[in-house]
Amino acid sequence: MLKITDLHASINGKEILKGIDLVVKPGEVHAIMGPNGSGKSTLSAVLTGNPAYEVTRGSVEFYGKDLLALSPEDRSHEGLFLSFQYPVEIPGVSMVNFMRTAVNEQRKYRGLEPLSATDFLKLMREKRAIVELDNKLASRSVNEGFSGGEKKRNEIFQMAMLEPRLSILDETDSGLDIDALRIVAGGVNKLKSEKNATIVITHYQRLLDYIAPDFVHVLYKGRIVKSGGPELALELEERGYDWIKKELGEI
Amino acid sequence: MKQDNPNEILSDVTVNEYKYGFVTDIETDIIPKGLSEEIIRHISQKKGEPEWLLDFRLKAYAYWKTLEMPHWAHLTIPEIDYQAISYYAAPKTKAAPKSLEEVDPELRKTFDKLGISLEEQMKLSGVAVDAVMDSVSVRTTFREKLAELGVIFCSFSEAVKDYPDLVKRYLGSVVSYRDNFFAALNSAVFSDGSFVYIPKGVRCPMELSTYFRINAANTGQFERTLIVADDDSYVSYLEGCTAPMRDENQLHAAIVEIVVHDRAEVKYSTVQNWYPGDKEGKGGIYNFVTKRGMCKGDHSKLSWTQVETGSAITWKYPSCVLAGDHSVGEFYSVAVTNNYQQADTGTKMIHIGKNTRSTIVSKGISAGRSQNSYRGLVKVLPGAENARNFTQCDSLLLSSDCGAHTFPYMDIQNDTAIVEHEATTSKINEDQIFYCNQRGIPTEDAVGLIVNGYAKEVMNKLPMEFAVEAQKLLQISLEGSVG
Ligand SMILES: Nc1ncnc2c1ncn2[C@@H]1O[C@H](COP(=O)(O)OP(=O)(O)OP(=O)(O)O)[C@@H](O)[C@H]1O
Ligand SMILES: [Mg+2]
Repeated sequence: MLKITDLHASINGKEILKGIDLVVKPGEVHAIMGPNGSGKSTLSAVLTGNPAYEVTRGSVEFYGKDLLALSPEDRSHEGLFLSFQYPVEIPGVSMVNFMRTAVNEQRKYRGLEPLSATDFLKLMREKRAIVELDNKLASRSVNEGFSGGEKKRNEIFQMAMLEPRLSILDETDSGLDIDALRIVAGGVNKLKSEKNATIVITHYQRLLDYIAPDFVHVLYKGRIVKSGGPELALELEERGYDWIKKELGEI
Repeated sequence: MKQDNPNEILSDVTVNEYKYGFVTDIETDIIPKGLSEEIIRHISQKKGEPEWLLDFRLKAYAYWKTLEMPHWAHLTIPEIDYQAISYYAAPKTKAAPKSLEEVDPELRKTFDKLGISLEEQMKLSGVAVDAVMDSVSVRTTFREKLAELGVIFCSFSEAVKDYPDLVKRYLGSVVSYRDNFFAALNSAVFSDGSFVYIPKGVRCPMELSTYFRINAANTGQFERTLIVADDDSYVSYLEGCTAPMRDENQLHAAIVEIVVHDRAEVKYSTVQNWYPGDKEGKGGIYNFVTKRGMCKGDHSKLSWTQVETGSAITWKYPSCVLAGDHSVGEFYSVAVTNNYQQADTGTKMIHIGKNTRSTIVSKGISAGRSQNSYRGLVKVLPGAENARNFTQCDSLLLSSDCGAHTFPYMDIQNDTAIVEHEATTSKINEDQIFYCNQRGIPTEDAVGLIVNGYAKEVMNKLPMEFAVEAQKLLQISLEGSVG
């Protein structure tokens, strides 16, 4: 479904991604790990079309389409979802209004009629249950005054609403307490199917205990320098990144 | 494969056409262009007015001639040739229509197109509507039902005929013709408008609303609204306005006067959507309006809510004179400017009585190359013990070529006054837009959502029936605006 080839990207003229290659197939879970500042969030921003970044080389194919040629909203309509590392607050815009606009835009793209108010509220209720999102939060303004953990939970709620084909979860575990981590990860697992795929960006094995990855990649200085199975994450947890740097001849 | 920067994306989006820009093909009775004593006599005669009203007009005209157009606002106003304007235009109808069936079908179609089906309004919403096309009031719905309660809601001309004492007593009592250049002009040539009287102890059971529409070319519109709320009464009043798209500018100089007696409350809401001119700044309405209310009685309350999206130039300061003890004045405003629009708007709160309170919340939203100014005066007179004012004044910028300015004036002559002022200026947040985009919401709609969220505090003050319309309007007027 996703094929990234030799992807280079920069921000403000500074190159951050320096040649990424990655293939994701339906049903797979890929974990991306790597030290702070290595370019993980940059990769997710570039894939979702954040205009602050400039792609300087390479290509990305998503279900046969040239992903980079699509507008950010069409990437979303095509089924790409990003759970943000730092979700923004939008004061005065209710979650209901926001999600209703989002869902109906997606339906429009797919040639479907907008959902009626009743059907929409029913859908909200159903999806809220998946991540046990409090109704009070759902009736507030988008992320406004949400705690760190509540924001992350709200991201996965939105994912449930939009039923993406490929989800990128950028440090969704950070900020979640132990119970919340279990609930939110459980929600992600419930949404998993053979047809969709997940890219999990994280620093810790604890999330991967719940969301079992098929592949683990190490992103370092804008490149994927090592890939492996679930055991790679365990090894990183134990040994940190120095041994990888050593392998690269940096230390 | 360069990705566009957000500004480019935002300004790429096409500018939305003004939806109300059509012209109604209807026979219009227009008097020759120009302004003179003779013209004023002519207008007065056409309307079959009594002598005292003609006198009022002539005095105002004589005074106007001594004045020059004011230039203190943060506006660039081209010279206006007052002799090139026709001061009276009326859709031709035989006699005043008595029922909806008698209203010219073309005219009714116009109001239908504007989304103001008089019949529908009557049947469904329970909102009484007065529709003013060009200079003349077309039809006031719900008259009978209101009459049962003693509420008077009719065109200004009818009020002059049917309730001359009330009109005589209150006309010019809040906005004197000597008030300013445009007030003097309006007082000389005003053609029609709405009149409202709520008797003692009556809570008006429905929203009263007037739709103003300029149709004819080369005409000005000079309407006058007079609202009187007697002791212990309540009324909520809404005004909406549109005009066709024309290349030349058209002048709209209105007056709204409100008198609020003991313990009475008036809510006045405006959704102003006059034609703003095209993308290049050609055409559009000059909206020079004097609106003022007098909280005459103790414990009286006046609340202005305005959503200003239209007009090429807006010059408007709905104000409250807080004369009664414990009286309350409020001003909630959203002013949106796009392309080459200019707005200089705000309020005046004049504290005269004891324990008077005022609240000002202004949200300015500027896009394109527009200029948006808040200008407000809080004045506390020596006798106004314990006056309170809170002012919140926020500006949101959607482009780097637009301007936002605030001119808060304070004149505090009593030491017991507590006056607070808060102001913020911010640029629209690109992370918010991208967050919406990522969820599948295109930039235009994202801007609409964000801006409506920004203005929510004010939008919430609008009557329910109109809030939805106003929200759409905000969004439409900003389409293709950020850049
Ligand atoms: N506007 C900018 N100008 C210059 N450098 C930037 C800018 N934005 C991000 N960077 C740099 O890009 C690099 C990659 O950042 P990114 O957020 O992708 O890292 P990350 O791998 O997600 O890190 P973390 O694990 O801390 O979330 C960092 O060195 C960061 O400082
Ligand atoms: Mg990151």
